[in-house]
Amino acid sequence: MANLADQHVTGAHNGETRRDFLILTATAIGGVGVAAAIWPFIGSLSPSRDTLALSTTEVDLAPVQVGQRLTVAWRGKPVFIDHRTPEEIKAAQDVDVSSLRDPQPDSARVKKPEWLVIVGVCTHLGCIPLGQKTGDDRGPFGGWFCPCHGSIYDTSGRIRQGPAPANLVVPPYEYTGETVIKIG
Amino acid sequence: MAETRPGAASRIIRWIDHRLPFVAMLQHELYEYPTPRNLSYWWNFGSLAGIMLVVMIVTGIVLAMQYTPHADLAFDSVERIMRDVDYGWMLRYAHMNGASMFFAIVYIHLFRGLYYGSYKQPRELLWILGVIILILMIMTAFMGYVLPWGQMSYWAATVITNLFSAIPVVGQGIVTFLWGGFTVGNPTLNRFYALHYLLPFVILGVVLLHLIALHRFGSNNPLGIDMKGPQDTLPFHPYFTIKDLFGLTVFLLVYAFFVFYAPNFLGSADNYIPANPMQTPNHIVPEWYLLPYYAILRSVPNKLLGVILAFGSIFLMFLVPWLDTSPVRSARFRPIYKWVFWLLVIDVAALAWVGANPPEGLVVTVGQLATFYYFVHFLILLPLLGKIERPRPLPLSIATAVLQSGGAQIGRAGASTIANR
Amino acid sequence: MPNRICSAAVLGLFLCAPILNARAADETPSLPQQEWSFDGVFGTYDRASAQRGFQVYKEVCSACHPVRHLYFRDLADLGYSEDEVKAIASSYQVTNEQPNDQGEMYQRPGRPSDRIPGPFPNDQAARAANNGALPPDLSMIVKAREGGPDYVYGILTGYKEPPAGFNLLAGMQYNVYFPGHQIAMPPPLSDGAVTFADGTPSTVPQMAHDVVTFLTWAAEPNLEPRHRTGFKVLLFLLVAVGVFYAAKRKIWATAH
Repeated sequence: MANLADQHVTGAHNGETRRDFLILTATAIGGVGVAAAIWPFIGSLSPSRDTLALSTTEVDLAPVQVGQRLTVAWRGKPVFIDHRTPEEIKAAQDVDVSSLRDPQPDSARVKKPEWLVIVGVCTHLGCIPLGQKTGDDRGPFGGWFCPCHGSIYDTSGRIRQGPAPANLVVPPYEYTGETVIKIG
Repeated sequence: MAETRPGAASRIIRWIDHRLPFVAMLQHELYEYPTPRNLSYWWNFGSLAGIMLVVMIVTGIVLAMQYTPHADLAFDSVERIMRDVDYGWMLRYAHMNGASMFFAIVYIHLFRGLYYGSYKQPRELLWILGVIILILMIMTAFMGYVLPWGQMSYWAATVITNLFSAIPVVGQGIVTFLWGGFTVGNPTLNRFYALHYLLPFVILGVVLLHLIALHRFGSNNPLGIDMKGPQDTLPFHPYFTIKDLFGLTVFLLVYAFFVFYAPNFLGSADNYIPANPMQTPNHIVPEWYLLPYYAILRSVPNKLLGVILAFGSIFLMFLVPWLDTSPVRSARFRPIYKWVFWLLVIDVAALAWVGANPPEGLVVTVGQLATFYYFVHFLILLPLLGKIERPRPLPLSIATAVLQSGGAQIGRAGASTIANR
Repeated sequence: MPNRICSAAVLGLFLCAPILNARAADETPSLPQQEWSFDGVFGTYDRASAQRGFQVYKEVCSACHPVRHLYFRDLADLGYSEDEVKAIASSYQVTNEQPNDQGEMYQRPGRPSDRIPGPFPNDQAARAANNGALPPDLSMIVKAREGGPDYVYGILTGYKEPPAGFNLLAGMQYNVYFPGHQIAMPPPLSDGAVTFADGTPSTVPQMAHDVVTFLTWAAEPNLEPRHRTGFKVLLFLLVAVGVFYAAKRKIWATAH
């Protein structure tokens, strides 16, 4: 069909495109290889399995009597668990939500009203508020009192007075049994 | 916008390059740098070594983020990396086997230099820098091996640091100073960790000097004769970049096989036993890349002399450019030296075998003979051969040798030998 | 030509360098090679065997041997469900990390995030209970001994009467594969010592096989991801070698 000269020209052209294709393929493979190689280095910085194993804590609430407060550790921080008395529940629910610095109704902060689960780290600068031990100063609202700068929390863990900007954080938790919660 | 963005990028690069000419430098050293056109695959190992240094540093840094350098916690922290850290097992095995790969590459690179006379004038300093790199590597690897705090870690540290007690008068004092205590212990571990992290960056600096020295005169080549003009050379890029990359993929196959399918083959099972200062393992064996030096050390009945000869076996390497008196570089044209070279390789392999085995019976005899021969090679054979050997005639140039199909060319023997002896 | 052969031989020598580690055989006979589910490039852990092995460990070995590097949560990898792991954990009493408010250390039921506790609080107590011998930790034992799984299997099945004239020290047992042939551990396994839930007959070789599978997993829990990743990596690199070689040849075609 085509004469020899044409075949030679197309042969050379094909040679060049084949060469470019090879270089392109090689570069692509190299790029994929480098990206795949980098992944484990970055991945190794994620929280490791032993850290993740401690990312949830199960707490058996049965031994905690009405009016008692329990502190458990979760992800390196204290979590306050309060088995609230009916008076404390009522005091928490009767508050005018719009008057709060960080408006939140008590119902939004508990799953069952008798049990309050909050992270015991003051939202001002991170101290641990008092109120968990018998004899501790609970502040005028019967909740918690932070001795560092005087933040005062109510029986729902909401900020009422003092420099803290927000309510004590409610961690993610769920009931895995009648009296057992899993935090985190 | 699309038209100006690439323009902006190249303008920025030119602004920087005008003040700090790194692009111009790369342009010259990569694209234009003349490389002998006849380099064989034995010349791939330099770039492989550089890549392995980077791999060891990067895996090492990531491991250092998870490792605890305390005698009570180190072993467990390594196991935590192996079990609980994402990809931790991969990084640890890569670092562990990477050390072996690094040494294999560097030893091949070194023997390539011995065979082709790459250490000869004007590349003596290039060679010396290389030996310095090897010594730094040995120190780094030794200290790194102590870090997992297994039985072998602890006892290898004890044996090797005890070597310094052979020094008369001040020896024991030096050892106590090195230990930071009365035995290898937590102070020792901590200082080894700090130095193990530091030395690779010192190696990096020396490698930079090594490359600068290399680029002064360019690479040697299998014929051992100088590049005479552009007909003898090829630009480094793309010819040797692609060749190096190809060699890299082949090497990675070997490396990956060890990491994924035989990660503990090159190591010692004893190092998975936590260090016990009250119990010595039955056979204390260093990693394979230190076996020849260990064999030399044990072959000499006198402690001080053993230490001197073991260290001397490496320091002797510094003198090779002057010990070898031959005017011809490449063993291709040195019919006697060619066989003497392979005898050295066999000798080193024999020393490695000796080092791996308990010093009894045949092992001792072979060790002594092989140690003796090692020093004979460098101190007697090298100087002697240069004088008495009749080299084969060298080709006129690289180009004539390469472009003519087949091998040896007839040329004037004196025409291409090294000038200015 | 001789150069090429020599170079190839040397390269091969370097790759074989580790075989130069000719461990002196003593008079210990070579270990019979067992077949393991985790052998070879495509090896995996037989989960049923490993679970039986864990049962053997729990009911026989754990009386003297700790497995310090295992957490209860690791057992999920053997096929136990989250609830089963929790049940196994809570069947143990572990010492709490922190003392109580009176400053005393106290025991509580185990959690999946706890390490599996060993039988003794420290090495001295372990020695006191075992005539001065220290039962080694088993979570690394397969990696910590030459011969690995075959060695541990050999020890477990290698108890025999000492040959005539052999000087067996007081309190020691004769074992074919233990270096020196004298081991302080009495034969731990006997037929029927454990009743397997899946009905597998618990002969000594069966129990030894299963417990070694469990212990190999304990020492190398990441073997399967390692093999899987390795397969992909090697396959990728094989392709890369081919492509880069072709590219190299193409680029060099004009050079000669």
